Amino acid sequence: MIREPVKVSRREFLIRSTTASTGFALGLTLPGLGPMAIAAEGSAAEDPAAEAPEINAWVVIQSDDTVVIRIARSEMGQGTLTGLAQLVAEELECDWSKVTTEYPTPGENLRRDRVWGSFSTGGSRGIRESHDYVRKGGAVARQMLIEAAADAWGVPMAECRAENSVITHLPTGRTTTYGKVAQAAAELWAPEQVVLKDPKDWKLIGKPVKRLDTLDKLNGKQVFGTDLKLPGMLNAAIRACPVFTGKLESFDADAVRNMPGVHAVVPVLDNAVAVIADTWWQAKAALDTLPVTWDEGPHANLSSANIDALLDEGLTSDETVFVGNAKGDVTQALETAAKTAEAVYAYPYQHHATMEPMNATALWTEERCEVWCPTQNGEAALEAAAEAAGLPISRCDVHKIHLGGGFGRRGAFHDFVTQAVTIAKQLPGTPVKLLWSREEDMAHGHYHPITKCSLVGGLDENGDLIGLQVRISGQSILASVRPRSMGDDGADPVTFQGFHPEGDHAISYSVPNLLVEHAMRNPPVPPGFWRGVNINQNAVYLECFIDELAHAAGKDPLAFRRTLMADHPKSLAVLDAVAEKSGWGAPAGDGIYRGLAVVKTFGSYVAACAEVSVDQGRVRVHRIVAATDPGYAVNPQQIEAQVEGSFVYGLSALLYGECTLENGAVVQRNFDDYRCMLLAEMPKVEVILMPSGGFWGGIGEPTIAVAAPAVLNAIFAATGRRVRSVPLRHLDLSAPVTQMA
Amino acid sequence: MAKLNINGSPVELDVDGSTPLLWVLREQLGLTGTKYGCGIGLCGSCTVHIDGKAVRSCTLPVSSLDEHRNVVTIEGLAAEDDHPVQQAWAELDVPQCGYCQPGMIMAAAALLAEHPEPSDGEIAAGVTNICRCGTYNRVRRGIQLAAEIQKRGEAS
Repeated sequence: MIREPVKVSRREFLIRSTTASTGFALGLTLPGLGPMAIAAEGSAAEDPAAEAPEINAWVVIQSDDTVVIRIARSEMGQGTLTGLAQLVAEELECDWSKVTTEYPTPGENLRRDRVWGSFSTGGSRGIRESHDYVRKGGAVARQMLIEAAADAWGVPMAECRAENSVITHLPTGRTTTYGKVAQAAAELWAPEQVVLKDPKDWKLIGKPVKRLDTLDKLNGKQVFGTDLKLPGMLNAAIRACPVFTGKLESFDADAVRNMPGVHAVVPVLDNAVAVIADTWWQAKAALDTLPVTWDEGPHANLSSANIDALLDEGLTSDETVFVGNAKGDVTQALETAAKTAEAVYAYPYQHHATMEPMNATALWTEERCEVWCPTQNGEAALEAAAEAAGLPISRCDVHKIHLGGGFGRRGAFHDFVTQAVTIAKQLPGTPVKLLWSREEDMAHGHYHPITKCSLVGGLDENGDLIGLQVRISGQSILASVRPRSMGDDGADPVTFQGFHPEGDHAISYSVPNLLVEHAMRNPPVPPGFWRGVNINQNAVYLECFIDELAHAAGKDPLAFRRTLMADHPKSLAVLDAVAEKSGWGAPAGDGIYRGLAVVKTFGSYVAACAEVSVDQGRVRVHRIVAATDPGYAVNPQQIEAQVEGSFVYGLSALLYGECTLENGAVVQRNFDDYRCMLLAEMPKVEVILMPSGGFWGGIGEPTIAVAAPAVLNAIFAATGRRVRSVPLRHLDLSAPVTQMA
Repeated sequence: MAKLNINGSPVELDVDGSTPLLWVLREQLGLTGTKYGCGIGLCGSCTVHIDGKAVRSCTLPVSSLDEHRNVVTIEGLAAEDDHPVQQAWAELDVPQCGYCQPGMIMAAAALLAEHPEPSDGEIAAGVTNICRCGTYNRVRRGIQLAAEIQKRGEAS
């Protein structure tokens, strides 16, 4: 940080950010995209804001004291835009009411030696991995503004203080504003070092300020990728071979060429065909009637039954097995145990099902390629664009548009960008917007991977847990997505989330003899990071089985857990908090029963207590009490929104979430057979936020993981039945107990 | 040719009558606040008002409408974007990603027109839109707050 090698003018930034400076000016006027995207080459020159100086990469100050804070991570609903702006503004000491934000483009980041760091927005890391350098960005800018004022007054900087965008010379009481000294500050060298505020002095971090991006979401002005309209733009609808790894064999373009609005029918890579028309509806209508022949390839017979058998084999096999955590001698512990219990759990493929289907808009010429798209990782989108464009990355750029949901689908995968550029390349000079139908989106996901898990636990005479053996069998995400970030031995550490001996996803219990293994079994279905990733499956396995062991030991599930948590005080604190607030130990109400779950994940400590009734087989979740210790809490009201929302995601997954395979393709096609939870089913959620300070944990994902196990444990309390597979919709909870146990 | 009334203005369009209203709004009239989510009338992202009732526009052929049916989209809900539902939504920071929210707001506004003081059951029955970010509890509180705002407005 600090001394930046390159500083560009605001005008130059706007021009590059919108048109990449080489005559690609389209005269864009895109409502809702902020000044950056409105400014094409011509308009940037006329826009007075374009003359506003960049103090440093993170901060631009206009003469009217408007503060523009640059945000590298993507806003997709999780509130990171507001949270990151709070971090910068805290150190900047600016007037929060005058803060706006803008995205730099990934191309601009590359040109400036990645001054904004990573654009990747996943793994709940927007704030937890950039809090340090974005705060320093604000602090550096503040120092430069103070220095400019001190220079103008001819006084020492030490005699000046900044607050609320006003700089005061303390001995004389003279004041000036950031807007007035911004131009001079921009000319200064950045200080070599800055000291960040002590957390006790924070004024904005920790405040439940309103989101910066709400108003345009209330009147239709917010532009999402699907809403983009460029001059002369055409629309594309696409269909890829529904069988994974299958290919496009042929299509009969003549059959649809004369349909209304149709411009072209083109192959896309080796597995898809697209119709390009004036409107998307015309393109889709033509695509629906287009005769297509597929070469379905080697996986045309893949079914859920095949996959089930593959995973069952992995539960007991010695082949391709990796160890994620080992301690003591679990074999001996289980042999000498006074009592053992065992169980097998299963978790299906699930779909991200973002409300906004995949889409991207591309414009290709022999000189340049520009892409506009909702993405969780602008830099990865840029790489995909450049590769598909067949152009050097320096001749390409990506303009990030607000996401209609991400949940991991739009981070590691930019198949929709690759497709859009491949299509646009066949219509040089014409912008083309590619939008997937919901059915296409369902058929070509990157699915929350399927796993099964067998667990064996041993208890001593006192009912204390002395040994635990865990065997996960199933799909690795990294093996498919990022093989280079796997262990030297080929292990996928992500598969062990929640079982690690230490770190951001450590197990919350001390078990004297422990063995956690993963038999990697990779069906030919593309897996992906899905909000929460493997902690969702693993928390069901461990937290439900711990409940089973408590029952086997004849102990209260809270008391049983507590004996294993002496060395995990922060986990214990969140568990105790939900137990206390929910009234654990006292009756919950007529026909209502409670279940607990606790995990450490994405660097945060979370727990939940669910209150559930089961009436004639119908499960109803009445109340969730959820506690989170994220270390530092930047915006409590947004954390509350994320925690509430995480239960919608987690409970949808528990109640309904399942993709099955038949004839090599995903069976589910839309929200009728891939159901999601509705408002009517939503329980009351009581959020306990207990930031203990000293670390930065994630927020967007952790509490999803406790949703399902807390409810499953409550179902056991209500019915005496252990439900060991997800989703619940398959189960008849009104059946006799013996069928379920 | 279709004759419609959109947000209080008469509109004449050259369009295939089988085209769903959603795509006419989005692609021919530039009213992109109304969203495509499922295309089968399930998720509610495409909700608009027709003669004051919440209707899912993605499965409604434009040929079923004429200039005597009043279509209102999120862009036309309130001239100053100050419908009680919009005010309540701003107060409670309801949206997360925001994609489903125009449909959610239109569903909530239609519910309040029919039930000025909706019970929990009426809210649950009246708002069946899907939100994957999970704003349901704030939506519920937002509707209750909007009902209060509406009542205050009528009293004053």
